Amino acid sequence: MFAGKKIIAVGERDGVASPAIAVCVEAAGGEVVLTATECFV
Amino acid sequence: MDPQTQQSILDAVRQFGAANVIVLLGTPSPEAAAIAAETVVNGDPTYAGPLAETQLGLSVYHVLENDVRNAIDPAVYDAQVGLMAETLDGAAIAEAVALVRNAGTRSVSND
Repeated sequence: MFAGKKIIAVGERDGVASPAIAVCVEAAGGEVVLTATECFV
Repeated sequence: MDPQTQQSILDAVRQFGAANVIVLLGTPSPEAAAIAAETVVNGDPTYAGPLAETQLGLSVYHVLENDVRNAIDPAVYDAQVGLMAETLDGAAIAEAVALVRNAGTRSVSND
């Protein structure tokens, strides 16, 4: 599902952080073009 | 969604085109997932950020959705997401994102 797509990972501190999402996407052959981890406190 | 994140998403869409972009969320609740998905599909529902009244119509998924999980090497997924997959209500989160995604909206061009 990631082939040829530009992936934007929007993680959250209390959920799954964006670096973890990026590792998953890159392992699946996807290209991550933006990572952001939100933090609501 | 943080206004700076919204601006970064808008910039990426302008660079790569909405049809070429997938947003993957890691939000911890169905409510947060729905708001984040709504923001990148129909625009910022809080009208506080750059995506207010901006319908990007992006493809959006949550990392806990089965379609995403099945696309990723199980060992990598378990190492990176496994703990939160066991902790969070993945089914409810997936449903919330799918509702927004499937309701859809128009896509915008890259011009």
